[in-house]
Amino acid sequence: MALLTKKDASLITDPLADNNPITIQVLGICSALAITAELKASIVMAISVLFVLGAGNVVISLMRNIIPSKIRIIVQLVVVAALVIIVDQVLKAFAYELSKTLAVFVGLIITNCIIMGRFEAFALGNGPWKSFLDGIGNALGYGVILVIVGFFRELLGSGTLLGFPVLGDPVEKTGLYATGYENNGFMIIPPAALIVVGIIIWVQRSRNKALIEEN
Amino acid sequence: MAINTEKNIYTVVFAATMVVVVGSILAFLASGLSGKIKENERLEKQQNILYAMGVNENGDGGSVNFVPTTEVAGEFSKYIKDQLVIEGDDISSDDEAYLIDVRKQGNLAKKGATRKLPLFIGEKDGKKFYIMPMYGKGLWDIIWGYVAVDANMVVQGVYFDHKGETPGLGANIKQRYFMDDFEGESILSGTRYVGVSIAKGNNDPLNNIKDDNEVDALAGATITGNGVSAMIKESVNLYRPYLETIRVKN
Repeated sequence: MALLTKKDASLITDPLADNNPITIQVLGICSALAITAELKASIVMAISVLFVLGAGNVVISLMRNIIPSKIRIIVQLVVVAALVIIVDQVLKAFAYELSKTLAVFVGLIITNCIIMGRFEAFALGNGPWKSFLDGIGNALGYGVILVIVGFFRELLGSGTLLGFPVLGDPVEKTGLYATGYENNGFMIIPPAALIVVGIIIWVQRSRNKALIEEN
Repeated sequence: MAINTEKNIYTVVFAATMVVVVGSILAFLASGLSGKIKENERLEKQQNILYAMGVNENGDGGSVNFVPTTEVAGEFSKYIKDQLVIEGDDISSDDEAYLIDVRKQGNLAKKGATRKLPLFIGEKDGKKFYIMPMYGKGLWDIIWGYVAVDANMVVQGVYFDHKGETPGLGANIKQRYFMDDFEGESILSGTRYVGVSIAKGNNDPLNNIKDDNEVDALAGATITGNGVSAMIKESVNLYRPYLETIRVKN
């Protein structure tokens, strides 16, 4: 017996490419700009969103028949905010160091439009298992872009990856810097993320004709 | 039995129930965990104070390594010889001075009260360190830290932390390559108090010049850097009367 039916599997794989939340739906751009200056922050953010979106989608899906439609957005906000605060408090008590790394992201997770978007578009109309898969899929799609952007921004902007100097020392002029290479300071400021995301969208669209709109 | 979820009364009852349920979960969790969280924060303060005076486990790796939490309480009482509370002209000893919230004291001072200033006197290898807490504003949120000076008002070490500076930019104030630069800088220029500033374009990226009261800035983090300069200048300024007596005595 296959663990996932074909349809279920597409819930996870679709958002990775053809229905990517960032490059196709253009959601979650704000956090993609803010935290991708280094790879580590991108990875931490991706994992946090993976957890919150997976769990949040299940909770909303379980509640979907009793949520009054007039206040559903508020209910969604309460669910995501409560989840994030619970995680934050538990980490503060049992993994203090990690909680400090995550502190910056707490606010960004709550306001991430992908999370609200998936609650609204999917979890309110589907069962918990499908919602869970959808949440994981979208979070992965978001995470993949974050990690790609973080990789290029940290590499080209600071010459490091996860904090390790991979291109040599820019001050001592060793490694690649000995040839006259310089770090691109532009890459570490937020507008660079927009350009990297733009390039990803361009590459993706030029390779997949189905995504090109007709005028 | 199907519930009519469109009715107003249902909406109100649902909202009220939700608030009570979520509120109780969070309140229950917060009160259950608060002891552990407070303990963590207490140990962190001790780690930070010790870090500033050079009691840490930094290797050659370039990453910040504190004294482990399991050992910090013992190390703290071993290296910190005295904890003073300076309140106007009164100076007293208090073993829990490190728990004083300097930011709260700053706000009290704005209302006209005399603030309590904690000062930690550390001793390592026969050398005395005067460690002061600092706080200020970065780009997005508060920043804080500790600075340790010796009797000649030369910085022996610093520790910075922040609540929400941009990762990769302002958040790098807590990286070792930035904090290590402060070591050896004087907070005095001659005998005049100037603090230590974060400078752009001081042509000293390796920070070899130790008598310019400046360290090299972080690229892309101008406002956080300015915040750090201001934080050092303003926070240490509060201790000047006391530091001056130490310097003159020395």
